[in-house]
Amino acid sequence: MTVQETQENIIKEFEVFDDWLDKYDYLISLSNDLPVIDQKLKTSENLINGCQSKVWLTAELTDGKMVFTADSDAIITKGIISLLIRVLSNRDPEEVMNSDLFFIDRIGLRENLSPTRSNGLLAMIKKMKLYALAFYTMQNTK
Amino acid sequence: MESLSDIQIGQIRKDFPILSAKVYGKQIIYLDNGATTQKPRVVIDAISEYYSEKNSSIHRGVHFLSEKSTMAYEQARESVRNFIHARSSNEIIFTSGATGSINAVAFSFGEKFIKADDEIMISGMEHHANIVPWQMLCERKKAHLRIFPFESNGELDPEKYKKLFSEKTRLVAFTHVSNTLGTVNPVKEMIHLAHQYNVPVLVDGAQAIQHGHVDVQDMDCDFYVFSGHKIYGPTGIGVLYGKEKWLEELPPYQGGGDMVDKVTFEKTTYNILPFKFEAGTTNFVGAAGLKTALDYITSIGIDKIAAYEKELLVYATEKLSSVESLKIYGTAKNKISIISFLLDNVHQYDAGMVLDKMGIAVRTGTHCNQPVMDYYGISGTLRASMVFYNTRDEINRLYEGLLKVRKMFHKDH
Repeated sequence: MTVQETQENIIKEFEVFDDWLDKYDYLISLSNDLPVIDQKLKTSENLINGCQSKVWLTAELTDGKMVFTADSDAIITKGIISLLIRVLSNRDPEEVMNSDLFFIDRIGLRENLSPTRSNGLLAMIKKMKLYALAFYTMQNTK
Repeated sequence: MESLSDIQIGQIRKDFPILSAKVYGKQIIYLDNGATTQKPRVVIDAISEYYSEKNSSIHRGVHFLSEKSTMAYEQARESVRNFIHARSSNEIIFTSGATGSINAVAFSFGEKFIKADDEIMISGMEHHANIVPWQMLCERKKAHLRIFPFESNGELDPEKYKKLFSEKTRLVAFTHVSNTLGTVNPVKEMIHLAHQYNVPVLVDGAQAIQHGHVDVQDMDCDFYVFSGHKIYGPTGIGVLYGKEKWLEELPPYQGGGDMVDKVTFEKTTYNILPFKFEAGTTNFVGAAGLKTALDYITSIGIDKIAAYEKELLVYATEKLSSVESLKIYGTAKNKISIISFLLDNVHQYDAGMVLDKMGIAVRTGTHCNQPVMDYYGISGTLRASMVFYNTRDEINRLYEGLLKVRKMFHKDH
């Protein structure tokens, strides 16, 4: 499934909710699906410190595919992280680098990416793409 | 003390256009008044009228509009003087806000009186605006910042305060009311003690001015600061009160128009008080808006407002305390209507997001008060800050909202 298709699937899943609280309920359940992060990875190096919530992110390249591991101290932020990982994990660095993340806007969570919200998500997406750029450069300079 | 009746509150609410707004299709419940207060129609109209009828730069030109504008500005100064019971309007300096006022004192006082190894004292409950300017000053002058701590209930310990004074103490700065804990500090006693050591005191009134009677002469503070937007006035206007003897002695903070007497390339002499501290084109529209806000508050009665807000605080404290596993931070005996709290195992950001979708506006995070969060070992709180246009019914809605939050976040954890 492409980045585009995965995002469209997520949008469809969210279409069934006409109430905000149901949407949040769904995000809470998604946060539980996110694999528990190894405490050892919760280092200051991996920490993206938002004013409102904290996000930890790390990435590795396995068989040419990027695998992201992430966590947050806030559940709703964590729910959104699980969606981001679903869209961007297990992909070529190039795909991640060039991805256009439109689903957040379409499922009505754009406010979560506002710089003033400062929950670490916007910085997390930037860091995901930076990882992708680094891996891509690494692959192409070998 | 006489309070305000529900009928009066109902009338008052109609004065604030934004209170009838809807968010996400729900009636807004605005409980973030500690961050900024909403504006009554009279203030909104005063600003609009100013631009339509009076707009002209002040203290310049002899023309009609300039005269009219200057008069409005100086009337605003007189209103502020009267509101905080200052001795003279020379002691009222208009600034951009409480932060601007503190920075002005930190600079001017620092230039004149602070040298290497001197000490400045602040409390452990200050918000960033009453920490950072002093830190910057200490860095500039190689002076030291000394902190007197607060107790876990949110009250300052008078003994620890007293002990911190030394021969090197040059200035004490503390807040009148804590923006996070709601504590009303015993400012008069604290100032009296500082004066026994011959140390002047700056009181940060940003969270106090809108909640009760302020008398700077009775308090005997040397400096008092507050922001217009926290007392139902416009943003971008604030006040620095300083005793005339200090303001006379301090050098100006910023240079430019209005603060000068005579300018040559060799030397500039400065204007008299209060203009010495008001460089550039001042925010005269903001000043007029602030005057209107103060007149509005005076017409209702600040003591009645305080009495009603006290009732609200008691009601809200009781109601929120009845939510299972809710913990309130800041339980001082003397508090204003601010409640910081956390629900056990629920992140404040999650709770705030869900409340938002119910139309309830509370503050989440550190409230520009990271040291207080560090003291309690938490990453932030939710904060409901109430004022006289809030109602018991709104607190009931917050209570119901919190029950819902608990249910949502506790079922899987």
